Amino acid sequence: MTAGVPTEFTPPGPQNFETTPIIHGVDWFTKPVLVAALSVVVILWFFYGASRKAAIVPSKLQFAGELGYNFVRNSIARDAIGSADYMKFVPYLCGLFFFILLNNVAATIPLIQFPTFSHIGWAYVAAVMSWVIYNAVGIKKKGLWGYFKHQTMPAGVPVWLMPLMIPIEFISNILVRPISLSLRLFANMFAGHILLLVFVLGGEYMILHSGSIAIGGVGIITLLMALAIAGLELFVQCIQAYIFVVLTAQYIGSAIADEH
Amino acid sequence: MLTLVLPLTEAADEAPSPLLPHTAEIIFGFVFLVLLAIAFAKVVVPKFEKAYADRTAAIEGGMNEAKQAQAEAKAALDKYNAQLAEARQEAAKIREDAREQGAQIIAEMREQANAEAERIVTHARAQIDAERAQAVASLRGEVGTMATTLAGRIVGESLEDEARQRRTVERFLAELETSESARQAVGTDG
Repeated sequence: MTAGVPTEFTPPGPQNFETTPIIHGVDWFTKPVLVAALSVVVILWFFYGASRKAAIVPSKLQFAGELGYNFVRNSIARDAIGSADYMKFVPYLCGLFFFILLNNVAATIPLIQFPTFSHIGWAYVAAVMSWVIYNAVGIKKKGLWGYFKHQTMPAGVPVWLMPLMIPIEFISNILVRPISLSLRLFANMFAGHILLLVFVLGGEYMILHSGSIAIGGVGIITLLMALAIAGLELFVQCIQAYIFVVLTAQYIGSAIADEH
Repeated sequence: MLTLVLPLTEAADEAPSPLLPHTAEIIFGFVFLVLLAIAFAKVVVPKFEKAYADRTAAIEGGMNEAKQAQAEAKAALDKYNAQLAEARQEAAKIREDAREQGAQIIAEMREQANAEAERIVTHARAQIDAERAQAVASLRGEVGTMATTLAGRIVGESLEDEARQRRTVERFLAELETSESARQAVGTDG
């Protein structure tokens, strides 16, 4: 492809998310698996280092670890679940939050630049785990019948509305939640990455293959826009990790909440 | 049934639907999340919670210590104040006692001195009286004897009767007096 010879521009699409095995023949070992494994190593290394010698007067590393841990423990778990039961869920919520956060932010880190959760399998598994946990603790606390009653019959609703309320509440509280959880995370990562690809590949195409100086100038602007979008994406990546974990905590909290 | 809702089927020449999960990723996702949750539950959370508990205990301990020290200081102050008040009271009592005692001593002394003075005065008066009485008696006797002797010698007359003798003496004395005064009158005349 030499400059000045226009070629067909192929817009980015789902095919850009196809990953090939890193080692030939080992089909499961793809880029998202590698990035996810690296994120687990980083999280474990950081929090093990921060908490290993946890003391009354914290070191700088311990202080940083406490900052992250406290954020999930107090701002997410305790606020959403309530101070009576939240400690049981802090380990899962911490692991979930930092796992999603690191894998999302990895999409912005040079050379990695791939959002793990744009492969929906990761989002499914995280959402299903949260779904199993909040339903399980709800059933454990209230019994199967009591839990379904709690989730599907809001207090204060007249009896004649119940035939309407029960299916709606069942669908929204039991069926849709795991789907919405996983799709929200997946779609944000997927769309953000495609958006970035459109601007980067489009800008590159305009500069290298359009053959027109004017369009090349637009290409430069497009690349600058891509930079701004990358900044926006970094924000979205953090927000999505937060939303996923806040909603999980919210679902747990409402599942074990006393009758309102 | 899901395939009816979601476009999970794909044409052979197209890329697989992004909504189709990879089995390996589901397995790894599950393993990683469980691993992280266990690591947090077993290591990170207990360590941090222990540090928090220690921190709370340290702060509370420090506060308790301060409170105790404050209470001790207050107790000591109270004790010293009580001691001071006691000492003041004692000093006042001692002063009062001393004053009382001084006044008593002075009164006693005064009484003693008065008694002594009275005694001395009485004694002196009695002595003077006695001495005077004695002097008067002896003088009178002596003067009588001398006068009688003198008169007997002069008059040559023995005066036996005491009464007469006294009368004579008195008359003599009276005459003496009158003659004295007469002589003085003559003397002034002469």
